Amino acid sequence: MLSVHLILFLAFGAVAVAGAVNLLAQTHPINSALSLIAVMAALAGEYLLLGAEFVAAVQVIVYAGAVMVLFVFVIMLLNAGVEEHTKGSRVALLIGIPGTLIGSILVAWAFLQHSGTEAVAVGVMPGRTSGWGDPAVIGQLLFHEFLLPFEVTSILILIAIMGAVVLASRPPTSPVARSARGVD
Amino acid sequence: MVPLSYYLVLSGILFACGVIGFLIKRNIITIFMSIELMLNGVNLSFVAFAAHWHALAGQVFVFFVMVVAAAEAAVGLAIIIAVYRTRETLNVDQVNLLKL
Amino acid sequence: MTSSLNLWLIPVLPLAGAAINGFLGKKSSRTAVSTIGLVFPGAAFAWALLVAFRFSSLPQIPYQEYVAHWIRSGSFSADFTLYLDQLSLVMLLVVTGVGFLIHIYSVGYMWDDPSYYRFFSYLNLFMFFMLTLVLANNYLLMFIGWEGVGLASYLLIGFWFTKDSAASAGKKAFIVNRIGDFGFLIGLFLLIQHFTSLDFTKVFDSVAHLPTGVETETLLTTIGILLMVGACGKSAQIPLYVWLPDAMEGPTPVSALIHAATMVTAGVYMVARSHVIFERAPSALMVVAIIGTLTALFAATIGIAQTDIKKVLAYSTISQLGYMFMACGVGAFSAGIFHLMTHAFFKGLLFLAAGSVIHAVGGEQDMRKMGGLRSYIPITAATMGIATLAIAGIWPFAGFWSKDEILWKAYQANWVYWFIGLVTAFITSFYMFRLLFMTFAGDYRGAKVDEHGHGTHVNGDGDHGHGEPHESPMVMLVPLMILAFLSLFGGLVGVHNGFEHFLDPVFGSGEAAQGAGETASRGTEFLLMFVSVGVALLGAWLAYLLYVSKPYLPQKIADALGSFYDAVLNKYYVDELYAKLFVKPLIDGSTSILWQGVDRKVIDDTVNNAADGARHVSDEVRHMQSGNLRSYAGWIAAGSAAVIAYMIWLGVGR
Repeated sequence: MLSVHLILFLAFGAVAVAGAVNLLAQTHPINSALSLIAVMAALAGEYLLLGAEFVAAVQVIVYAGAVMVLFVFVIMLLNAGVEEHTKGSRVALLIGIPGTLIGSILVAWAFLQHSGTEAVAVGVMPGRTSGWGDPAVIGQLLFHEFLLPFEVTSILILIAIMGAVVLASRPPTSPVARSARGVD
Repeated sequence: MVPLSYYLVLSGILFACGVIGFLIKRNIITIFMSIELMLNGVNLSFVAFAAHWHALAGQVFVFFVMVVAAAEAAVGLAIIIAVYRTRETLNVDQVNLLKL
Repeated sequence: MTSSLNLWLIPVLPLAGAAINGFLGKKSSRTAVSTIGLVFPGAAFAWALLVAFRFSSLPQIPYQEYVAHWIRSGSFSADFTLYLDQLSLVMLLVVTGVGFLIHIYSVGYMWDDPSYYRFFSYLNLFMFFMLTLVLANNYLLMFIGWEGVGLASYLLIGFWFTKDSAASAGKKAFIVNRIGDFGFLIGLFLLIQHFTSLDFTKVFDSVAHLPTGVETETLLTTIGILLMVGACGKSAQIPLYVWLPDAMEGPTPVSALIHAATMVTAGVYMVARSHVIFERAPSALMVVAIIGTLTALFAATIGIAQTDIKKVLAYSTISQLGYMFMACGVGAFSAGIFHLMTHAFFKGLLFLAAGSVIHAVGGEQDMRKMGGLRSYIPITAATMGIATLAIAGIWPFAGFWSKDEILWKAYQANWVYWFIGLVTAFITSFYMFRLLFMTFAGDYRGAKVDEHGHGTHVNGDGDHGHGEPHESPMVMLVPLMILAFLSLFGGLVGVHNGFEHFLDPVFGSGEAAQGAGETASRGTEFLLMFVSVGVALLGAWLAYLLYVSKPYLPQKIADALGSFYDAVLNKYYVDELYAKLFVKPLIDGSTSILWQGVDRKVIDDTVNNAADGARHVSDEVRHMQSGNLRSYAGWIAAGSAAVIAYMIWLGVGR
């Protein structure tokens, strides 16, 4: 029962969960960002365990390396400080959290009930079948069966770029009134 | 050998943490990060299923999810910057002009 | 010659005229409108004459002409089929002939009216419906014509609808007619229920073959009485006569055509047509006779005191219609139809001449302001005099023959009918000669007619700017003369029962009254004839006495009679009685129950409360839109948990 796979899985899993909890626990956003990076790294490890090396690489490069860096930039740009305590929403606390917990428990129960304990074919370790999780194979899929979504996502990125540029740019006329607290 | 359900449970835990973070955090950037956490959890379950069923399409889908997450993060952060410029605050409770 | 008579042309030609004038008339010239308005009814009349000429050579009488398919519903069917027998032929000629003459007259009478084209359109429309009524082969098609003439009557009575009294009169006519139509409809329903058909031939066949017995008689009596209710409405008998005097608000040609010569006779025609049903229901026939007789007397007494020239003629019409129903009621259907025909002649003439008089004095209708017009409008006076002699029943004018026939047949049935009819004849003669003398004899009591008349018409009779009464133009006088000729000689078809024999194939030579046999001899008949002429002359003499030689007498008599005279003058307060008994409770009930109760409290409140409720609910719900991001997130999380739970619950069953 106790195999290398399981140990590695549990290790990476522990790191991921710890990072997630830490993200919740920290008050300063930069700490939360760093915890998230840790989670992503752990997840990359999980992907490797599942034989998805291309995805793992992309996770590290794009997600942890670009998206999270973007987050850190923005945090520093806006000089985000420690979170203040403001009166939040009672609904969120009273209904949302129990709802979430219940939902998760239900989902977990459903999964555990039906998926049994059959093993997942893991392909990373020696003995893997060739071509599984290879960039080449994924590339094949990407440009043949999933060509349309691929092209659409490239347009999506284009739009996102333009949107981000437009939204974040300063208005060309007067400087933004820094003291504007509320509109009208 | 690791059963599929373990992966799914892990994915579920990450997702739940993401949702709870979304609900209890006040800083808008932290809320965004919780969203990213949710997406990651889902990605994990995709890859797990792909491996379970030998369908490479799961990994391709993860690829797309990442692309979308990146685009969303870019635009979302741009919006946050724009909001910060007018409202001078990153506290989501103070951005409530949609109140009826 | 083709074998088809193309009867359908006769109703459709006026319809075409109505449509053309109705849609295009507003922009057309008077000449164009008159041409269309005259050509089409004229063509219909010509065609009717053609049909009359070819009538005797028809292979089969009654002649039926199928025009179009209409209703097929289970075992019930009704078609657009036209029916021609002697009775329809008589009605056809009367309607088209007198109608055409009145159209010609209207050209002159309505010339100065701004809505000239509308008048002719409505008049042609009326002709279409009346001809449909007369030519129908089943009760349903007849009912269409029945309703249609009611509509045309409403439109024409309220022709000057900007005048309140005219609009109300139109409404009153339509509503009272409606009450009668209700009875008619129930009668039709009974017919359908028991005979599954409304075709004349089929129904009368079935009725003739019904076994004798209480059941049959009850059924037929019920149907007969219900049909009579309809006839009471249309032909202004008690108790539904109240609309006819008010209908005098319409232009005089309308009064002549619709409320004297043709529409009001539809009831008589219908009863005559249904004689098979009535003959097997003696109680219903008795009801018909009683209603007719009483109405004749009642209306005649009211006519004595009226001062408006058209109102006198209106009550006279009601009274004469009573005679026709009395005739039908004693089984002398052909006598009733004979009187219908002669009445069309002399009553139409009376109304047209009255219109000529009104035109001459510039719109004045009150006879007390007339007088001595004989020297001003001699032709009108002469024709009116002929008509008065005819209606009084003086030999050898038309009215004598028909009225006498009725009185003779009434005598054979029951002397009470005869006696009341005789008294009514006396009164009729009296008030008609009263009208004649008040209008034409003595000195002119009216004001100078120097401007647009001070009469009761909204659109008087033109701005002639004359100083004294003047004769009408030729276009109005020629129809008067033609009708005078007919009133003089039109009754001669009745000599030696010629007319009756003509209608024998329709009514059967064994009429109910005849069933009593010619027990009374020819001698009695001659005696009764002398008696009726005698009372007519008596009435004339009395009128002469009161209104020419001793004009101070009427006032003294009126004072002596006091309140009784007032009652007669006010039409026995019947209108007021109806208002109190029926109209006011209906209006009050409608106001309090239907309007305040149902409309306001139930319907309005439901709608308002629904709207209020929606508003209150949304007032509560809007708190969800707090603008707070986290509460939204909370709701989303809760909602998705619910959805997941539901989906799991769905899937767990497997």
